[in-house]
Amino acid sequence: MRLLTHNFLASNMKGVSTGYPLGLEVVKSTIKEVELNADFLRGILPKLDWRALAAATSAAGYPDLLPAEQPSEAEFFAEGAAEFEDSPIRRLHRALLEIHIDEGTLVCPESGRTFPIQKGVPNMILHEDEVRA
Amino acid sequence: MSAGDSAAVSAVEGKLAEVSTNSDLKSLPKRGKAASGRTLNTAQIQLVARHPEVYEPCDDSFALVDALLSDKAQLLALQPSLCLEVGCGSGYVVTSLAIMLRQLGSGTHYLATDINQHAVETTQATLEAHGIHADVIATDIVSGLEKRLAGMVDVVVVNPPYVPTPEEEIGIKGIASSWAGGLNGRQVIDRILPAVRELLSERGCMYMIALEDNDPLGICHLMNEKGYASRVLLKRCTEEESLYVLKFWQDPTAGSSASPSAKSPGSESSWISQLPFRSFWQKNNSSS
Ligand SMILES: C[S@@+](CC[C@H](N)C(=O)[O-])C[C@H]1O[C@@H](n2cnc3c(N)ncnc32)[C@H](O)[C@@H]1O
Repeated sequence: MRLLTHNFLASNMKGVSTGYPLGLEVVKSTIKEVELNADFLRGILPKLDWRALAAATSAAGYPDLLPAEQPSEAEFFAEGAAEFEDSPIRRLHRALLEIHIDEGTLVCPESGRTFPIQKGVPNMILHEDEVRA
Repeated sequence: MSAGDSAAVSAVEGKLAEVSTNSDLKSLPKRGKAASGRTLNTAQIQLVARHPEVYEPCDDSFALVDALLSDKAQLLALQPSLCLEVGCGSGYVVTSLAIMLRQLGSGTHYLATDINQHAVETTQATLEAHGIHADVIATDIVSGLEKRLAGMVDVVVVNPPYVPTPEEEIGIKGIASSWAGGLNGRQVIDRILPAVRELLSERGCMYMIALEDNDPLGICHLMNEKGYASRVLLKRCTEEESLYVLKFWQDPTAGSSASPSAKSPGSESSWISQLPFRSFWQKNNSSS
């Protein structure tokens, strides 16, 4: 699971109101490089919860990858920014799409219910008594 | 894929002819034979992972992938950012989708869900065998994604559990959940439709398999009431079942704002008669 997916997952248990963001505990993560696509990042950026992404990036073992505050559009999409290893857009790309959580746990911020991540797959399946009516 | 994109009826009839000469047992070798034009565009059947508790690619899976192939030009033109398969099973469909859209590169990302723990692992293995990445989630339909992913998904593909069964069979763990559809085979489908509508982006579309017994026309009417236009992309008869691949997309003229007779000219006017759908439907309905 990439942090892209973490950013869009919430706890859906009965009695939980937002269930977001899910806490992340990481046992094993890997990096898989993919080509940077600025259009995709531009489209997804307004939908991202930056704080959740920054926290998850730290939890995955990369505490210095993203700044706590979201850089501006201009900083992200400055001409030629994608060429520089250290540019905000490269860092965002790495955090969102290249870090894979292989083993770990997601934690509902309200109930404390944990959801395991095994072999890269988060298990969000609820027990019968946890499902909303 | 040579089937014309807009000429749905002839494309579908072409399919029918092709399939009626071909019993389901022969469908595997046939895919091998068709490989020249196809393996480049779909997952390779030898690389699809298997598990005794996971639905293996079958006529319905192939029908869905063939329909997606026939609509490939539209899919490419849509340039979807996010694609989602609900009920990914072996992973054959989502892997094929990613392969046929590979020219979109890292501008397109894939998600897949299944309620069966073995299925999500099998899908992971199939994806890996093809060098494709999708984020796979074990969940009920799209539970956990509905809030934050609302309105963001451009393409949804579903081959749901559609076989009419006693209600009790739903929710049984393992392989039974791949087909058990409850009353009229609609019980899971009727939960999938509203969930998917929430996730679809304005320009998004959904491709879904349905059986004659599921009342596909009724499904289209229901979606129309919610503002979605529909089309039969493909109909295929096998020895056991008549399969439809339906496509849905948001249409401002569909739904309550447009009464069925308000739009097109002529007495046969209805939202459905603008599509090659109705006549096609009646023709085929009588034969089964
Ligand atoms: C007919 S199989 C299709 C498998 C695969 N997509 C294919 O076309 O070969 C239906 C799949 O839906 C899954 N499924 C059934 N109920 C589900 C639910 N409530 N949420 C998610 N997946 C479900 C089953 O586990 C099964 O893998």
